[in-house]
Amino acid sequence: MSNLYPFSAIVGQDEMKLALTISAVDPSVGGVLILGERGTGKSTAIRALAALLPSMKAVSGCRYNCDPAADRALCAPECRERRAARPDEVIDAPIPVVDLPLGATEDRVVGALDLERALNRGEKRFEPGLLARAHRGFLYIDEVNLLEDHLVDLLLDVVASGENVVEREGLSVRHAARIVLVGSGNPEEGELRPQLLDRFGLSVEVVTPRDLKGRVEVVRRRDTFERDRAGFIEAWSDSELTLRETIVRARRKLLEVGLPDAAVERAAELCLALGTDGLRGELTLIRAARALAALDGKADVDDDLIRRVAPLALRHRLRRDPLDDVSSTVRVERVLSDIFPS
Amino acid sequence: MTVGTDPFAEVAAACWSDAALAAGLLAIDPAGLGGVWLRAHPGPALDRWTALLRELMADGAPVRRMPAHAADDRLLGGLDLAATLRTGRPVTERGLLAETDGGVLVVPMAERMNGSVAARLAVAIDTGTAAVERDGVSARHQARIGVVAIDEGRDDDDAVPAALLDRLALAIDLRPVDWRTVDRGVPETLTKPVVEAARRLLHRVNVDEAAVASLCGCALALGIESLRIALLAGRAAAAHAALHGREEAAEADLQAAARLVLAARATRMPADEAPQDEPAPEDKDASQPEDSSEDPAEPGTDTPSADQLLESIQAALPPDLLERLATGRAARQSAPAGGRRGEEGVSRRRGRPVGVGRGDPRRGDRLNVVETLRAAAPWQRLRGRDGGAILVRPDDFRTTRFRRNSESVTVFVVDASGSAALYRLAEAKGAVEMLLAECYVRRDQVALVAFRRDGAELLLPPTRSLVRAKRSLAGLPGGGGTPLYAGLEMAAALAEGIRRQGRTPGLVVLTDGRANVARGGVGGREAAVRDALDAARRIARAGIAGIVIDTAPRPRPEAADLAQAMRGIYLPMPHADAATLSRAVQVARGDPVGRRPAA
Repeated sequence: MSNLYPFSAIVGQDEMKLALTISAVDPSVGGVLILGERGTGKSTAIRALAALLPSMKAVSGCRYNCDPAADRALCAPECRERRAARPDEVIDAPIPVVDLPLGATEDRVVGALDLERALNRGEKRFEPGLLARAHRGFLYIDEVNLLEDHLVDLLLDVVASGENVVEREGLSVRHAARIVLVGSGNPEEGELRPQLLDRFGLSVEVVTPRDLKGRVEVVRRRDTFERDRAGFIEAWSDSELTLRETIVRARRKLLEVGLPDAAVERAAELCLALGTDGLRGELTLIRAARALAALDGKADVDDDLIRRVAPLALRHRLRRDPLDDVSSTVRVERVLSDIFPS
Repeated sequence: MTVGTDPFAEVAAACWSDAALAAGLLAIDPAGLGGVWLRAHPGPALDRWTALLRELMADGAPVRRMPAHAADDRLLGGLDLAATLRTGRPVTERGLLAETDGGVLVVPMAERMNGSVAARLAVAIDTGTAAVERDGVSARHQARIGVVAIDEGRDDDDAVPAALLDRLALAIDLRPVDWRTVDRGVPETLTKPVVEAARRLLHRVNVDEAAVASLCGCALALGIESLRIALLAGRAAAAHAALHGREEAAEADLQAAARLVLAARATRMPADEAPQDEPAPEDKDASQPEDSSEDPAEPGTDTPSADQLLESIQAALPPDLLERLATGRAARQSAPAGGRRGEEGVSRRRGRPVGVGRGDPRRGDRLNVVETLRAAAPWQRLRGRDGGAILVRPDDFRTTRFRRNSESVTVFVVDASGSAALYRLAEAKGAVEMLLAECYVRRDQVALVAFRRDGAELLLPPTRSLVRAKRSLAGLPGGGGTPLYAGLEMAAALAEGIRRQGRTPGLVVLTDGRANVARGGVGGREAAVRDALDAARRIARAGIAGIVIDTAPRPRPEAADLAQAMRGIYLPMPHADAATLSRAVQVARGDPVGRRPAA
């Protein structure tokens, strides 16, 4: 993790950085989907996110990332037995950012019978999968549009229910899996299913910078990084630290941010005008605006904040006419300028 | 290099010397450069080039071959079944990616590679690691690799997935190189000791800001959007400098980088003011990089400007670039969709795998060995195993289940001839777009065949990407004769191929039915109609479902006859607009009785 490209060293791409920062402040916003052309730094930004996350309280030795304060009913049998035997030893652990690599098979995603134990000792033991590892954290899917359909179904189910239910090889395991999906993909290589699209709280469309100066800066920084990773990371450690502290502070302040009725009405008005389906859009919009307020040190959610996060929270929820020439971003902008006359 | 007077020999000599140089650069820094996009046909030039690369690579650096369709168990690694069964405990094996760490992976017929294999290679190149989460194995292996993608494609329809091309620094073409040129050998300076010295020098080589600016400017002027390519050009310049013992990249290094990395990827002529593929307003400043007064650094005296670089590589630009630009195909060459050939064709030979369950391999189900082992494992002690082979009972057998024909592919056959274009090509396009949107919602794939003048063209191979579908539709010109038979024949062949892959094809033909070009491109309405009806009957015999939408302003019998010959549905649409058309097709397809009326 320590030799990753620093988040704050990414040139431009402000919208992408804003979306990721918001999801780091309030994971309940529901993850980020980053779509864009090749070579725009999508994966770099997401992998760099891990370094900005604060730590969380975890139970030492727990293979399911259990929350010491959580409801015990949702823990795997293993955790309930352990708790019955001895009190939890609480430690600080990094919030997990787990990669779902291409070619991952279902048994590794949901977990399966531990083959080693079974063959060597005849013991029936569950080997938790990536979902358990990503519990209370982020699951990163690169090239999300190349994901096999049956894995997509499975993820949708787990993300919606917050728990992973495994019934296979005579094992019956159920454990909490509250996971924020972060995905990246290139729309040229296949479309995303609308159901999956909807599971991402925020979405960003990234494009390559077109101006020479910006492009040169990107190439220069990357080159400097490749030659001397440690030195580059050291050089950016101050700004990384500042950003991390901002995020930690915002997380603490999140619950203090006021939500005036006017702001809620604004959000509803906006969603109505755009014709977004369901309540998810409104909820995400408000949560994202609140996270941004906490980041900016504002006391209340206001029009300006809503306006800034609206494209992120809503553009992938418009009823799709996928062939409409007008991009969703433009549609959101139009409605925004109607509702918030400047 | 000897340069003859024969222009072909001259081109061959230039290509060969560039290719040899590329082998040298790759041998210096395989992982940093990502690899080579090598357009070549099998033959002495390719053999000699591969031998040269092997010769120049560092001692002990692996050079492995990988079939373009390698399966995940070989590519990423997983459970070593033979060893696991022999020893009775799980034994993991590394995949090709991890085995090639520090070396080069050679992929012949890379144009046949599917999007998912390309994506796996791309991740390895980007991260230098191969992550495995399969068959109960969870591992990270080092996999710092370079990839030699040998592109043997003979036409534009076969292309190496763009996701991979974007990560391979060097692009060379061995096709013009004949054996006589190869026989003259490679420059004496390109030897193993020189390359080794360069490898040691590489980390000290500096490519200064002015040089980076020149390369970026040059890439922009050539219409290369990807920043990764600009970055790779910088690394190629560094490797070239190291090869010549320089610690500072000089003019010659930048020229070599521009020639070997940028030239082949040009999507527009540098002097061309008008942006080629998409009219993006921001492109304006892209075509004149040199006039931006706020250049991060003014080119120094010994650093060529982007302009000078461009000039130096004029000769290396693809000779047919202008021609391809004129026909709007350059964009296609530079951006073939990675997922185009789709995972479906390969990993889902028998439909989509939808999980694993109890089954009997003797019935022809496909045994899933890992899951079978898992099922057998808990019982080993009870069954009395004493450390030897694993005891597997029929009850343990697990097979992979596939959902067959779960996916349908709608093939649009669009009449783009003069007669149709006059009336309503625009409306037909609109209707196709609306149908596309509907296919998108149902997760169907679409393909597009257009016919006009003297033949048919597959404008869009089966895809799910609406972006591509829309683009290829927008670029569809109208005019010329009506070779209806050609369109139907191509569509039928495509549909049969789709069915062989376990998917369900359906045709939607938009035409006025007034064929006037017969087989062999001869004119004559009568023969043309006869040929078209023949083709239609073949479709009926093959049992492919079809709909004919009559686009003529006044419906005439031709299109109805066609529908009857196809045993398909006939939909006259005299005054229908796109929306009505789309709704009609939806109704026709949704109606199970009307789907295939008895003839």
